[in-house]
Amino acid sequence: MSDPNREDEDFAKARRGRNIAIAIGLVVFIVLVYVVTVVRMGANVIDRPI
Amino acid sequence: MAMASAQTNVRAPARWQDYLQLLKPRVMSLVIFTALTGLVCAGAPMNPILAAVAILCIAVGAGASAALNMWFDADIDAKMRRTRGRPVPAGKVQGADALGLGVTLSLLSVMMMGVATNWLAAGLLAFTILFYAVVYTMWLKRWTAQNIVIGGLAGALPPVIGWAAATGTAPLNAWLLCAIIFMWTPPHFWALSLYTSEDYAKAGVPMMPVVKGAKSTRAQILAYSLLLIPVCVAPAFTGLGGPVYLAVSALGGLVFLLLAWRLFRSQAGEAADPRNDDGLYDVRAGARDARNLFAFSILYLALLFATLLGEHLAGLKPLELL
Repeated sequence: MSDPNREDEDFAKARRGRNIAIAIGLVVFIVLVYVVTVVRMGANVIDRPI
Repeated sequence: MAMASAQTNVRAPARWQDYLQLLKPRVMSLVIFTALTGLVCAGAPMNPILAAVAILCIAVGAGASAALNMWFDADIDAKMRRTRGRPVPAGKVQGADALGLGVTLSLLSVMMMGVATNWLAAGLLAFTILFYAVVYTMWLKRWTAQNIVIGGLAGALPPVIGWAAATGTAPLNAWLLCAIIFMWTPPHFWALSLYTSEDYAKAGVPMMPVVKGAKSTRAQILAYSLLLIPVCVAPAFTGLGGPVYLAVSALGGLVFLLLAWRLFRSQAGEAADPRNDDGLYDVRAGARDARNLFAFSILYLALLFATLLGEHLAGLKPLELL
């Protein structure tokens, strides 16, 4: 028989790892959207007529 | 069906590494390499950040289609030794989660590609994902012995996407890179399947040796090899490859043809001995020739693309022999 406490620990550890991976993925995505926006628009924003 | 077996099998908690496994990181690295070659060979000035984002999108798109493939194919993956350890058949990840990851990453990679570069590149990326996940995985793979011939288009498109990301166009030279991978795929996979055909037969996948037999497969490998080599040398005549490329493609092509000829003359795929069933990649009688061609085909393709990449990065002038 496997130890239920040990199983809970394993599940919690796996879930924590997944949550951190999702958080990193989200942050990377947000940074990418920001950087791409700046690179694509950057020069045009500066050059626009005031 | 794949979904059912996947959902009843889950035992251990899924770790992030299991989800990463769904994306086939090794295939992703090959896709990055060929897409980067297409992007660099296009020769258009491109912001390095946008170029990196384009390559990332292509890699993530390839990973997404791999996740969709693993979701749908969990039932046949579970029957083959080569694939039974994948996250879904092994019970580490639920099929529905693999599907969710594949769809989400597909949408994000295509949208990001469109915003960062252009919608031709995004459209080609979307087509590639759909072609691999729907046309190849759901239809061709289980239906016809020509599965990897037609399905090979999905693996051949990344250089065209890279080219389109850089220029917004897909000219003849971009499609030449696509043609090289497309024509390379049948001899490469059929050489492998000659010594893994029992596994495919067990799973009911109609690979060429299973359907037409080893002799016919060896003849078709030779025929495709004869067609492949002129296509590989062609970039030296169209303003894409330089002198080094001409030498590498021609000399490597001769070795490729020699190995294909030896395989054609061998008994590979026919002398499987059921008593000698220790491992998937055991070299059975005559199968050494199949393994040699399989291994060299990987080296040849890598050399072709690495040479093109090197020549363009070094600023070496293409030959333009025509």
